[in-house]
Amino acid sequence: MTQLALVIDLNVCVGCHACVTSCKEWNTSGMAGGMADDNPYGADPTGTFFNRVQTFEVGEYPCSETVHFPKSCLHCEDPPCVPVCPTGASYKREEDGIVLVDYDKCIGCKYCSWACPYGAREFDEHEKVMKKCTLCVDRIYDENIPEAERKPACVRACPTSARLYGDVHDPDSEVSVAIREAGGYQLMPEWGTNPANHYLPRRKTKIRIHEDELVRADNPLKKETDRPTGPIDEPTLDDSTSW
Amino acid sequence: MHPAFSVIFLTTLIGTGQGLFLALYTGESYAAVKLLPAQDGAFYAWGSLVSVVLLGLGLVASFFHLGHPERAWRTATKWRTSWLSREVIVLPAVLGAIAVYGAVHALGWNLSIFGIDTGVENDLTLILGAGGVLLTFALFLCTGMIYACIKFLQEWSTWLTPVNYLLLGTASGFSLATVYAAMLAPELVNFFGGWAIIILVSAFITRSASLIRNARLKPKSSLQTAIGVRHKTMTQRSQGQMGGSFNTREFLHGAPMWLFRSIKWTFLVLVFPIPLILLSLGMNEASVAVLLSAFGIQYLGLLLERWFFFAQANHPQNIYYQTIS
Repeated sequence: MTQLALVIDLNVCVGCHACVTSCKEWNTSGMAGGMADDNPYGADPTGTFFNRVQTFEVGEYPCSETVHFPKSCLHCEDPPCVPVCPTGASYKREEDGIVLVDYDKCIGCKYCSWACPYGAREFDEHEKVMKKCTLCVDRIYDENIPEAERKPACVRACPTSARLYGDVHDPDSEVSVAIREAGGYQLMPEWGTNPANHYLPRRKTKIRIHEDELVRADNPLKKETDRPTGPIDEPTLDDSTSW
Repeated sequence: MHPAFSVIFLTTLIGTGQGLFLALYTGESYAAVKLLPAQDGAFYAWGSLVSVVLLGLGLVASFFHLGHPERAWRTATKWRTSWLSREVIVLPAVLGAIAVYGAVHALGWNLSIFGIDTGVENDLTLILGAGGVLLTFALFLCTGMIYACIKFLQEWSTWLTPVNYLLLGTASGFSLATVYAAMLAPELVNFFGGWAIIILVSAFITRSASLIRNARLKPKSSLQTAIGVRHKTMTQRSQGQMGGSFNTREFLHGAPMWLFRSIKWTFLVLVFPIPLILLSLGMNEASVAVLLSAFGIQYLGLLLERWFFFAQANHPQNIYYQTIS
């Protein structure tokens, strides 16, 4: 079974929002209809997005760190939003595990958004249906674009390659290796939703030097000087031993 | 959560309608075993009509909650997994059952039209009504489970939720039945009023229990689990947007804290003690006006109760929306 997903490396994300704008651009231009904005330049702007980048301050100044946190649908392996849908508009694809909304079946009751602990679903006030990340399902299978470009728009847009995309059920895929080797984790594991998207934690590459490593403990003269050398014309130890 | 008025009216109206039907059928059952004076068919027929109207209004209110009401027929398809779908099936079934129950009373039919003579008066409506009662209980269960089945809405995720829907709906239905009896069958006022008070006291116990439970809840999710960073001190600096979004509108009630708190105490007073006193007074004096005010105040209180029920539920997604920027 295939489960396509994103792996987001928080160690690399710089919070530039390129994935947000790229996502919006691709998905508002698709055949599923636009994701309308209201008052984009007015006092109270609002609109539908599939992907947002949030920022958190970890710790207290001056010992603090800024964590940029891209947030979209996690394509849970056990999605709580799917069984609650009364019409079957919200569904999880068998073949690749993508959780989708059929906009032609959705009645706009918003019950699925209540049943998502991550707030990944956004109601489109113009089309009156629930919308969410499609993992660019209209892009990743499009044979009219070069194979290397058949990736979600956010992955293609990320300038720091913080977003990896692939099959998390294939143990040798790039994403599975990243999850395994860089400590990938799921969000809100307490609800048993088993999100397919994973996040890679912030990590530091450090070299640990102990005090005694700065001093040459094996130096017989206890100080850093040139080693004494014997007269050049005399035989060396190698010349006089038989090994 | 943001309380939607369509859902507040839906749940309170159908609760009262269901409760009224349960009251009528209880009265008929008692009359069948000669514990109460028998009523004519018109009493049950008009009562059923009121119940059908209330359920119908609830159904109409529910359509205002939908983005695409014209697709509402699709909601009947996923009854295997969705409590909402089950409610959508059971609600018209209850409506139909009560309508048939009332119609058979209006026509005065009994089992003799099938050539069966049981000698019991209204035997056909007793059978039809029993089916209606089962459906009514099923509808209370569906309505409650829509909320109780979402496990991360911890305020709702308890067996008390469907029990409260059942008891509060039934209590208001019996209050309305008391008013109805005061107008058409004064000898039943004490019966309906007595039950209305018993159910009201039970509802007070379970609703208070859920309030106490919710006050002691510890949220399972935190910012630590939400973004997966282990640190005691974390603050949001940006939520990825300067204006609002669906996430900031749908999951927060938006009322100031003093209003939120005062609504809790207001509904507790309006739903329980005031109707209790007015029902007792109205039963003593057999006064329609007093009983009607008991029901009216209780229904107003139930609207506030339902508002508070939604507003109190704290959705874990709100963790992601603490600071605009």
